[in-house]
Amino acid sequence: MTTKLAAPALFNSAILVQAIKNSFLKLNPKSLARNPVIFVTEVVAALVTAFWIRDLLSHNGNAWFSGQIAAWLWFTVLFANFAEAVAEGRGKAQAEALRRTRTDTMAKRLIIPETNDRIFTKVSASLLNPGDLVLVETGDLIPADGEIVEGIASVNESAITGESAPVIRESGGDRSAVTGGTTVLSDWIKVKITAAPGNTFIDRMIALVEGAERKKTPNELALSILLAGLTLIFLIAVVTLWGLAGYSGTTLSITVLVALLVTLIPTTIGGLLSAIGIAGMDRLIRFNVIATSGRAVEAAGDVDTLLLDKTGTITYGNRLATAFIPVSGVAEKKLVEAVLLASLADETPEGRSIVALCKSNYSLTEPNLAGQQTEIIAFSATTRISGINIGTRKLRKGAVDAILKYVGVTAEKAPPEFTQAVDKISRTGGTPLGVAENGKLLGVIHLKDVVKPDIKLRFNALRAMGIRTVMVTGDNPITAATIASEAGVDDFIAEATPEDKLAYIRAEQKSGRMIAMCGDGTNDAPALAQADVGVAMQSGTQAAREAGNMVDLDSNPTKLIEIVEIGKQLLMTRGSLTTFSIANDVAKYFAIIPALFIATYPELGALNVMHLASPQSAILSAIIFNALIIIALIPLALRGIAYRPIGASAVLRRNLLIYGLGGLVVPFIGIKIIDLLVAALHLA
Amino acid sequence: MTFVGWSQIIILLALVTFSAWALGGFMAAVFTGKRTFLSQAIAPLECVINRLAGVSLKEQNWQAYALAMLAFNAVGFVVLYGLMRLQSFLPLNPRGFSAVPEALSFNTAMSFVTNTNWQAYAGESTMSHLVQMAGFTVHNFLSAATGIALAVAFTRAFARSSSATIGNFWDDLVKSMLYILLPLSIIVAIAFMTTGIPQTLQGSVDATTLEGVKQTIAMGPMASQEAIKQLGTNGGGFLNANSAHPFENPSAWSNYLSIFAMLVVSGAMPFMFGQMVGDKRQGRALFITMGLFIVVGTAIVYWAETSGNPIIQALGIDPLQGNMEGKELRFGQAMTALFVVATTGLSCGAVNAMHSSLTPLGGLVPLFMIQLGEVLPGGVGSGLYGILVIAVLTVFIAGLMVGRTPDYLGKKIEAKEMKLAMLALLILPLVILGFSAVAAMLPTALSSLANAGPHGLTEILYAYSSAAGNNGSAFAGLNANTGWFNTTLGISMFLGRFAYIVPMLAIAGSLAAKTKIPASSGSFPTHGPMFVALLVGVILILGGLQYFPSLALSPIVEHFLMLAGKTF
Repeated sequence: MTTKLAAPALFNSAILVQAIKNSFLKLNPKSLARNPVIFVTEVVAALVTAFWIRDLLSHNGNAWFSGQIAAWLWFTVLFANFAEAVAEGRGKAQAEALRRTRTDTMAKRLIIPETNDRIFTKVSASLLNPGDLVLVETGDLIPADGEIVEGIASVNESAITGESAPVIRESGGDRSAVTGGTTVLSDWIKVKITAAPGNTFIDRMIALVEGAERKKTPNELALSILLAGLTLIFLIAVVTLWGLAGYSGTTLSITVLVALLVTLIPTTIGGLLSAIGIAGMDRLIRFNVIATSGRAVEAAGDVDTLLLDKTGTITYGNRLATAFIPVSGVAEKKLVEAVLLASLADETPEGRSIVALCKSNYSLTEPNLAGQQTEIIAFSATTRISGINIGTRKLRKGAVDAILKYVGVTAEKAPPEFTQAVDKISRTGGTPLGVAENGKLLGVIHLKDVVKPDIKLRFNALRAMGIRTVMVTGDNPITAATIASEAGVDDFIAEATPEDKLAYIRAEQKSGRMIAMCGDGTNDAPALAQADVGVAMQSGTQAAREAGNMVDLDSNPTKLIEIVEIGKQLLMTRGSLTTFSIANDVAKYFAIIPALFIATYPELGALNVMHLASPQSAILSAIIFNALIIIALIPLALRGIAYRPIGASAVLRRNLLIYGLGGLVVPFIGIKIIDLLVAALHLA
Repeated sequence: MTFVGWSQIIILLALVTFSAWALGGFMAAVFTGKRTFLSQAIAPLECVINRLAGVSLKEQNWQAYALAMLAFNAVGFVVLYGLMRLQSFLPLNPRGFSAVPEALSFNTAMSFVTNTNWQAYAGESTMSHLVQMAGFTVHNFLSAATGIALAVAFTRAFARSSSATIGNFWDDLVKSMLYILLPLSIIVAIAFMTTGIPQTLQGSVDATTLEGVKQTIAMGPMASQEAIKQLGTNGGGFLNANSAHPFENPSAWSNYLSIFAMLVVSGAMPFMFGQMVGDKRQGRALFITMGLFIVVGTAIVYWAETSGNPIIQALGIDPLQGNMEGKELRFGQAMTALFVVATTGLSCGAVNAMHSSLTPLGGLVPLFMIQLGEVLPGGVGSGLYGILVIAVLTVFIAGLMVGRTPDYLGKKIEAKEMKLAMLALLILPLVILGFSAVAAMLPTALSSLANAGPHGLTEILYAYSSAAGNNGSAFAGLNANTGWFNTTLGISMFLGRFAYIVPMLAIAGSLAAKTKIPASSGSFPTHGPMFVALLVGVILILGGLQYFPSLALSPIVEHFLMLAGKTF
């Protein structure tokens, strides 16, 4: 089950108020220095403000204009801060839910852990140290992350998973990890504490979600360098323009040069960059997946190969009936009817699937056996057959050799169709069951591991994005091959051991590929650690959760696919907004350059293709557009741009058309509209 | 524009394309150590040279490669500077020229070492034959060979996987010289001689004109220097008038050959790249990108020049001729337009027309071609590594848009590469715009200008663009032989070449060390029309955004002023 937390409304009022407050707090140059583009904007905003004060004092008539420019420069910085603050606010809102579980609980620390005596002292959970042993009994909150060393209990983990059904946790094996903040519903367990106070799983989750521990991810860093480089280039272009204009007989004021600079440097993407990153983590959390670093989210977008466990991800995990094959001389209808009767009392998933198949494909209804003398023959490990006696009818089904033994026929003497059918089923990785009535063979039931219906389509979509899927299974190679071809995976590892997985991952990485996998067992831990994206199941062991770089709170391995999509979406959003931001500059040149030089060279008015009202309104409109576009794009940055699995070329063409071409055209329209307003309101 | 004109352009470019393709394959074979048809003749010579030089041919990491290249060029610079300063004491100085002044020697030595061939002097009346041959011609070869070697090293960074080294500078240098530049130069020199270009050690001929005036006509080993001047995209002429002079470029045929020779080696580089990285389509995409700029640039110049100048036409000059000021009748409008664009798209800088006399838009194109980074197709070698740095940037932005950490040819582009690429890309605007802005405000510098108004500004911008881009062509109208210009242009040439190369080689080292990721349908294809379009877009927008304000004040406003009938 994929539970999806509801996303907080994009502009939830509580988040908004806090975000506006934070936008001002973030004006602190120390924190802004992390973001070179916006930092430069802040510095020049301060500069223009100083000029505005000078203009005010000297009454030179420029104050109205320089004041407006200064105001919009500050807005540009504030809007960028606001974008980040909103993203953080949304993360915090989600962390809040987690935090509620972390009320201070009292722990029952065992005094003499070596003995079976349950003598404990009550201590605050915050005083527990790794290695301490605590007793948790029915109704208690588990005080901190740990490993069960003794006992078995059902635990309510809804605090972190949102799933209300309790899970069983027991010592030894793969289900021994418990998380602080979850509740024991029945029985008792002894837990060895593994996390220091303040560093439990939930603590780290909260820190990550809130963005408190956010470091720049590698790709974010590379992009920041590009943006800083562009900022420097434009700084050179603008500063030197002062000299070149001087030659041409135009003295440019610092105010207009600053306006030109700020419209050219990539403030749009610079302002939204960190919001995009935070929102990416956020989207994962809404899928109930916690990444231990932003780097892991980014790596998910780069994954080349997905290692998927067969059971639970690709197949339902139970063998289900898919066909009934009668021997000659037996009508199909008779076989199906017999099968249905023989399975009525069979409560195993196989049995239920047989009944379901009879009902759906052969439109049989459950016969009314009331009043008839029935005797149910339950499955036993010695006979390996089950069935029912109805009056004189003795209906049986079971393993092929057991059924043959029951009807008293050797394998060689069995009807040829029967043997053929059995062979064919085994060869394709299925399981045959024999059916007999009153000592006579009727036919065969084909049981097989059924591939989830939509999984093939998803794999095709992944393939279109260049991602290989590899199925990992403990089945023999024949069974594995059959399911692999049915599910449409690119490769499979049969009879896989954890070492095989690790070796496969290493081999793939050596050839330059990036691997994602999920796992839950302690023996998965090395592979989880080795994989570029290792998704540990929340239901898994502490070792597995420590080894992976993401934890799926729903323990649903299929989610690996969504994780990859979210990673890709994150990178795509960054790339598209960068393109948009740079493409915007073309229109801004056409607004500002003629405005700067029209006094000296009236002929340059030919470049004023937007027919902006006056030089001052042109400059003001460009700078207003530049600030407002940040606000306009915040929803997109938080939501991420649409992801479609249509192959790299098609994706690029689409995004280039929308954000590249759009980036060229939109500002021409936007600046013109703003100019009309500015002129109508006599702002310039 | 005429049908005949366009036919000449198209046929010539088709010939260049075909020859570049063949030469690219040959070069790939040479630099991957395969036997070629020249091996039998040249391999022994190569052995001897390597032994005499006594250099180790062991594979080098990028630092060692860069150090070898810098050391080699430093020695070359000192020797050339010495040759000029001491020419009066040295042989082969039939006309007895005195020592070249300090600033000019600095500027000229830097100019030839950096493959710029900016000439602040008139060759025929300043430099001895020894300087011309042992200095300039030798550096015409060496600077071109250095460029090829660097491009080969950068190519290896993409071709190799998890490699600590990028080749050996000495090996690449000697191979570029012996297998590529020398054989081609011999062929082209002979071809030039057949078109009538002089090839003699005689200093000059005295002639008496019809009016009875005595004239000294400069002579010299021109055909051989002309060959490497074009092949190595050097562009430094033996004579001041360069390829407009009837000795350097006597006929339409020698003009065809000049254009062909200057384009062919740079044009071959992307083909070599494709072959060496094991995917010819990659090279083709780069070649098409470069070609598009040449064709469109030529079309604009051709159109602007044939449309002519309305101010002159108003004086009653035949409008059918278009703007013929500063052009040679024997080449015609079409072949002048192609020459103008080729020589600036390349970092060649030979000129067969006076660029200052082009119409404003016609002059804007060569200036902008230089400012776009000399990558279209750029100097021999330097064009390839230049466009590859821009391709890295393009791939970074585009790759993100498909939702992956971008990779180019299987090499991930990460923070380190971005840092170095931005460092390299900052050099040109910093040098061009920085020096131009200072010069535009400096009375000493302004006294060198022949024209006022926007045209004067174009002269300054052009000079610094030409120097920093290592092009070497002059816009004319600017007296560059002054202390200020000799020094600042020399510095521009140095930074434009070496401050770009070092980060570029660092990128090469970083990329070579990376594991090559196998391509998948999820990776962004860098061989199709989409990549070409993107690369064109990035080159244009990046270049346009940097230089648009300055160009608006020079050729662009001049164009509008011309339409308005204003002059300065």
